[in-house]
Amino acid sequence: MTARPPAPRIYYLVCGALLALLLLTVAVSFIDLGAFNVPLALAIAVAKALLVALFFMHLRDAVPLTRLVAVAGLAWLLVLFLLTFGDYATRGWMQ
Amino acid sequence: MSPPRPELNYLNNGRSLWSWLTTTDHKRIALLYLFSITFFFALGGLFAAGIRLELFTPEADLFTSDTYNRLFTMHGIIMVWFFLIPSIPTVFGNFLIPMMIGARDLAFPRLNLASWYVFMLGGLFTVIVMFIGGVDTGWTFYTPYSSTYSNSYVILAAAGVFVVGFSSIFTGLNFIVSVHTLRAPGMHWFRLPLFVWSNYATSIIMVLATPVLAIVLVLIALERAFGMPIFNPYKGGDPLLFQHLFWFYSHPAVYIMILPGMGVVSELVACFAHRRIYGYVFVAWASLGIALLGFFVWGHHMFVSGQSMYAGFVFSFLSFMVAVPSAIKVFNWTATLHRGSITFHAPMLYALGFIGLFTVGGMTGLMLAAIAIDVHVHDTYFIIAHFHYIMVGGMVMAYMGALHFWWPKMSGRLYPEWPAILAALIIFIGFNLTFFPQFILGYNGMPRRYHVYPEEFQLLNVMSTAGASILGVGYVLPLFYLIWSFFKGKPAGPNPWDARGLEWEFADSPPIPNNFPATPLVTFAAYAYDRPDIRLLTGEQGQRFAIDAGPCAGETL
Amino acid sequence: MEHVELASRTTAPHHQFDDLLQQRRAYEMGMWIFLVTELLLFGGLFLGYAVYRNLHTAAFQAGSRELNLLAGAINTAVLLVSSLTMALALHALQLARRRAAARLLALTALLGALFLAIKAWEYTSHVLHHKFPGALFQSSGPHPGPLELFYSFYFAMTGLHAAHMLVGLVVCAIMIGLLRRGRFTPESHAPLEMTGLYWHFVDIVWIFLFPLLYLMGYPQ
Repeated sequence: MTARPPAPRIYYLVCGALLALLLLTVAVSFIDLGAFNVPLALAIAVAKALLVALFFMHLRDAVPLTRLVAVAGLAWLLVLFLLTFGDYATRGWMQ
Repeated sequence: MSPPRPELNYLNNGRSLWSWLTTTDHKRIALLYLFSITFFFALGGLFAAGIRLELFTPEADLFTSDTYNRLFTMHGIIMVWFFLIPSIPTVFGNFLIPMMIGARDLAFPRLNLASWYVFMLGGLFTVIVMFIGGVDTGWTFYTPYSSTYSNSYVILAAAGVFVVGFSSIFTGLNFIVSVHTLRAPGMHWFRLPLFVWSNYATSIIMVLATPVLAIVLVLIALERAFGMPIFNPYKGGDPLLFQHLFWFYSHPAVYIMILPGMGVVSELVACFAHRRIYGYVFVAWASLGIALLGFFVWGHHMFVSGQSMYAGFVFSFLSFMVAVPSAIKVFNWTATLHRGSITFHAPMLYALGFIGLFTVGGMTGLMLAAIAIDVHVHDTYFIIAHFHYIMVGGMVMAYMGALHFWWPKMSGRLYPEWPAILAALIIFIGFNLTFFPQFILGYNGMPRRYHVYPEEFQLLNVMSTAGASILGVGYVLPLFYLIWSFFKGKPAGPNPWDARGLEWEFADSPPIPNNFPATPLVTFAAYAYDRPDIRLLTGEQGQRFAIDAGPCAGETL
Repeated sequence: MEHVELASRTTAPHHQFDDLLQQRRAYEMGMWIFLVTELLLFGGLFLGYAVYRNLHTAAFQAGSRELNLLAGAINTAVLLVSSLTMALALHALQLARRRAAARLLALTALLGALFLAIKAWEYTSHVLHHKFPGALFQSSGPHPGPLELFYSFYFAMTGLHAAHMLVGLVVCAIMIGLLRRGRFTPESHAPLEMTGLYWHFVDIVWIFLFPLLYLMGYPQ
């Protein structure tokens, strides 16, 4: 936001990559990879999100504090997920 | 000659109601909040009175079970969301943070005003709920009762809480950005008063936790309004999912409630022991530590709900950990008091009360973190006593201490000391008489949220109700002498307490609209009680500032 | 409108800030914190979805397969391109090409409207097939209860997302109006930057919604 904008070419390249990843994720979902299907789909989604965040939202040129804010949000989401799944994953352990 | 009161100050800068309702001055917004908070505290207190009156006798002679359920639910909702969570941040945080960091206002003044209107909207929903029949789910809105079976105004009540949550988020956002970007030149992070650190940590919690509450309330509303199964076990839903989402917010929420109080106590102890806070850096980091660790412990509300035992172990262990930063603060305050030159003005009495009562509440919290104890006392009066010791013995005392300490700054006048000391003592006695018996009641098995109980519990309940009446008197007294002093009190002057800090040493009482005549240049640490008030060192009003930040405007981290 | 007047009207910082740089930093930080709150808002729904998918995997997979994959994929592409046009709109303004910026912003909004139209078509189809959870829900499959649960989350998540898209459309329209009135300059256009951040964030939410809702049932 406070830095020089990148040339438009980068934006077109990023969009192209995003659309390619979209095709990839749809295609790959029809291939049976067993337990890896879900993590792979998530990984592709993360890659797309990173592209949007770093290039379209200018996180790549943002001051460290802004990046800390973004990371903190993700970290807290992770806390919510991990500790909650700590319950659900271990409920069946008691017989 | 009486101390000077500025000709134009934030109070008389526009006298119409419209000028108040459209203000963007953080000090005026703080007063708007003061009125609202006082109203809701009184309302919540009325519900408490209903509860304690009913509990005077073992039978149900005043209210039906249904009505009683609504009483304690409304008491909880109002006290938690419309008093405890906003109180210190919106009144004292709003008033003081810009001054304490050396700024003219918060980063987003219009957002600040919007926050108050949003608060009032949420309050309106809640008052409407009260008039049309109330809600009976408990402030905790547990499913599936709230989402399917309750016959009360759950959706409207949830809407009120949803709305007021955004008020919280706006305030927190405003504080975080302000502290990062608006600090005056020389005001490094570790020169900030601990009150700012506490409110900063509180704001982080507000911003991260509140949205999860918002979404879980939406889910309840959807299930109730459309019959969409979400927590319905008959459709494969899990009521415990609600509890995870609810307590992910509501546990950090209790730190939202107590951290600002701790910040106040740091200011009061430093001023009335006339010493800098011992271990300042530890106390500052402890605030952040509480904010962080507070997010990892929510499962301790669910030890007996059907959560996995192993998850219970983890949450129990983490709950023991979160006590550490709080204990660090208590130790540091105590060390500050040791060898301090202590004066027992009313704010100090409240601060001392906080330290003692919060410690009792905190230690009983440690007891509850032990699963073996919790399984016996969960959902009994032991829990109620525990959190009231922290919230009322701690937080409300801190609020009263803050009110008295900064009253001269906000109003420009001194309150009368003897009635204030009397009120503080009445509150302390009334509080302990109300809530200590509840530890015993709970330990002996009296469940919470019941309005009938076995006869053998009556004596302790009568003591508790008697204490509540005394406590009520203690809270009403300040209403009279504070309002009186606003119009007839002695002029206070800029620094009646000989405190240190930008709001005391650089701003008038009441402050001018832009707080300071020019941007202060900070060259000293917080709590510099080893030197005189800076006004005495640097001469007359106009000459005491290093003018104009210039290129070093506000360090940003 | 006089260029000089315009400059002084739009380039003086608000009274609480010392200079424009401080003001921009504050708005940027404020916007990102707001986005973090949105992340946690949606996060609660994602958590619920993840928990239930874990508990009722077969039913949730069946539910995924019932959704219109083509519509979802097209919608994803539409949003990705709309993020491009939004980024280009801001870029154009930074080069002082105000009319191009307004046009690109309008294109962004149009793509957003297209997204919502496709979504509305999907929703109608679900309702007509008795897939809206509640009293009217019908399923002949083996797990009607958890399947209904799937749809509850499908509607809650895409509904919340759609509501955010709608707000985004309204904000875009307002921004276009302000742009055409000469409100923003290449140096000072914080509201537009914040609009961009918001739009991209809503796009990111969909980037996760699409695979989690539409693709989890494959391969069969």
